[in-house]
Amino acid sequence: MKRDYAEIFFNSLARLVTYSITAVIAYIIFDIVRNGIGVISWEFLSGFPSNGGAKGGILPAIVGTVYLSLGAIIVALPLGVASAIYLTEYGKQGKFNEMIRLAIVTLAGVPSIVFGLFGLGLFVLFFDFGSSILAGSLTLALMILPTIIVTSEEALRAVPRSYREGSLALGATQWTTIRTNVLPYALPGMLTGSILGIGRAAGETAPILLTVAAFFLPRLPDSVFDQVMALPYHLYILATQHPEIELVRPMQYGTALVLLVIVLAFNLGAIVLRSRFQRKIKSQH
Amino acid sequence: MWKEKAIKFGLMSSASVSVISVALIFLFLFKEGGDFLSSPGIGSLFDTRWTPVSFVNERFGLYPLIAGSLLVTFLATAIAIPFGVLGAVYIAEIAKPREREILKPFIEILAGIPSVVIGFFGLIILAPFVKNVFGLYSGLNALSGALLLALMAIPTIITISEDAIKSCPKSYRQASLAMGASRLQTLWRVVMPASLSGIIAAIALGMGRVIGETMVVLMITGNAPQITASPLESVRTMTATIAAEMGEVAFGSEHYQALFIVGIVLLLFTFALNIFSRLFYRRYGNRS
Amino acid sequence: MNDTKQLSTKQQSVLEPQVSVKDLSVFYGEMQALYDIILDIPTKRVTALIGPSGCGKSTFLRCLNRMNDIIEGAHVTGEILIDGEDIYHPNADVVALRRKVGMVFQKSNPFPKSIFDNIAYGPRIHGQKNQGILSETVERSLQRAGLWNEVKDRLQKSALELSGGQQQRLCIARALAVDPKVLLMDEPASALDPRSTAHIEDLIDKLRKDFTIVIVTHNMQQAARVSSRTAFFYEGRLIEVGRTKELFTNPSIKQTEDYITGRFG
Repeated sequence: MKRDYAEIFFNSLARLVTYSITAVIAYIIFDIVRNGIGVISWEFLSGFPSNGGAKGGILPAIVGTVYLSLGAIIVALPLGVASAIYLTEYGKQGKFNEMIRLAIVTLAGVPSIVFGLFGLGLFVLFFDFGSSILAGSLTLALMILPTIIVTSEEALRAVPRSYREGSLALGATQWTTIRTNVLPYALPGMLTGSILGIGRAAGETAPILLTVAAFFLPRLPDSVFDQVMALPYHLYILATQHPEIELVRPMQYGTALVLLVIVLAFNLGAIVLRSRFQRKIKSQH
Repeated sequence: MWKEKAIKFGLMSSASVSVISVALIFLFLFKEGGDFLSSPGIGSLFDTRWTPVSFVNERFGLYPLIAGSLLVTFLATAIAIPFGVLGAVYIAEIAKPREREILKPFIEILAGIPSVVIGFFGLIILAPFVKNVFGLYSGLNALSGALLLALMAIPTIITISEDAIKSCPKSYRQASLAMGASRLQTLWRVVMPASLSGIIAAIALGMGRVIGETMVVLMITGNAPQITASPLESVRTMTATIAAEMGEVAFGSEHYQALFIVGIVLLLFTFALNIFSRLFYRRYGNRS
Repeated sequence: MNDTKQLSTKQQSVLEPQVSVKDLSVFYGEMQALYDIILDIPTKRVTALIGPSGCGKSTFLRCLNRMNDIIEGAHVTGEILIDGEDIYHPNADVVALRRKVGMVFQKSNPFPKSIFDNIAYGPRIHGQKNQGILSETVERSLQRAGLWNEVKDRLQKSALELSGGQQQRLCIARALAVDPKVLLMDEPASALDPRSTAHIEDLIDKLRKDFTIVIVTHNMQQAARVSSRTAFFYEGRLIEVGRTKELFTNPSIKQTEDYITGRFG
């Protein structure tokens, strides 16, 4: 019976470890909600900052984050979906494909600050977009591209081969088959990827640090060549660079809460969507 | 069928964007930083001091930055491994199905929390805590950074390790159990060895995430460029250096170029970890 | 081996073949799956392909509408003439070929669409937009497949709600909707219960008046019941072909005899 004690001990230890992780997560979220909720008001969400961010609202930062994430997804989604279609539906082997796969893995591993450097070199300086929404969105787009490709590929692979064969056997061309009998069923899965991508783009700081983010800019942008504020950068500035860090603590928590809610909403949405999609795929077989 | 061919060509072009991007990343890092290698020369990187802004003697030694990154990364990995692996074992092998369905998304949420928010949390809650526990002047040090980075690496390690453990064939387990081994023995002697390469891949990927992380270390490691092995000292990582200094540097200056060199070195580190992880992951992927 | 070849060549001459296969070999990468197949398939008859698993009968079938094209590394040599045209000619139109040569798969594969949309899928991708014509085609195809009475009241319901046997007849109806000349069936009843199987066999019996049918089966009774000619494949080679009755009662080659008497396979 001694063995059983060992198992009980080990299971309890593993359980303790796992739940301590979840406890930390819960505590982070709880702390930010508790301290941030009091700050949230219509004025905070829809007002412009004043006094270097010590007073007023965070509207420009919210708008900036929305623009940047939307810009990133508008570029990355078509590119990512097209790449995934190419990788799964056309030539599955060969040197070129291996090269693409290696590139995707490499891209996924590039640190976000290096994306920032790259965006600075290519978009801001070489293409002369300046520090702008355009440069920031394009940088973020490249950063989330691997996520979108990988999730789209998964979604395409989940579509049974028999749908493709059935369609081809009726004389459909490959593209017709993909368009009418594969993509419609992969769409929910692809949506998951793009939502995850938006969430990631919204929460990133390092890439926009060097390509777009404005320290303090209490107005809304007029064009894609304007600089904007962004929530993550705003939080960073308030928390570390502000002359009166203790004084602006409520503003920090408020900003953190808004950012957290936006990003987690996207993540939760993706998780829910994915589990539904998986269930649907399962029920079809 | 020219239309089919045009579509295929369009898709192929889109797919090659990834390849082009990777090439451009290397190209542009070198374009902006490459001049540094001829003047002041590659030799000046092998130095123990990073004092890029100085009236007396500007020095661009990478050693303190690399040392800072490595210290934080190894500490964080050492903390994350037991949590990540035990967490993965628990979720894959011990938890009940319904428990698993709640735990998994919860862990994924952690992966989704923006790093700047985690850094902010660390700044306000963790750093004072570390300061009090160890009786320091400041809690902004390598340990605080490593604790937070471990937290960020844990979801990666759990998710991929759990995959690896799950993909261990049922027949292995049944064979072991049928010989009278206990569940725990089966886990340690059969399941874990079979999943090991996947777990190593997971750890390497987690490390890659840690060494490339910027905001958390920028906010919480204190940012003193010094060579130390003590977790309670303040350190400055490669990522934090770029983030902190790029905003204030004159375009085209030696300092500017040096920051791009730091980017290249950083990229090489993550690239190596990635390749390493992929080698292992592939091996384990082939088995199933 | 030379004897075998001559014998089968002699046996297999048929009047007005719709499909005429000459020296067909198929390779998957390095591995050769079919060796120099010579076979004529008569018009508006049922030809059964039998043989143990892995003998190449399905591979052969999938050559006839070039479905092997989508398999990575597959490579075909030789000639297949359908109505006198070489389907592997570099200028051959695969789309037109697959319209002419319909296929029913081993596992029924209805699309997750309504019954109507499943049948209308083929005509639609070939450009038919007229709702009236589509409805007509759907009804005619379902009737030919013997499914109309069972589903006419629920055409808008999902095809996935049908039973296994119904799904397979739906797939046959879907293939018929593009007016093929030849119908390829890859073990169409292997996943079905005996009653549904009987249904499918009855259906094949009806369809043979209008279509050239090639059916792969590893059920020899089924081959005997539905086909007028049978070809026996073994290890990538066509061993023997002839009238079904003769082949089953009086096989001229030892391997054929061993197989149909159940000594292997």
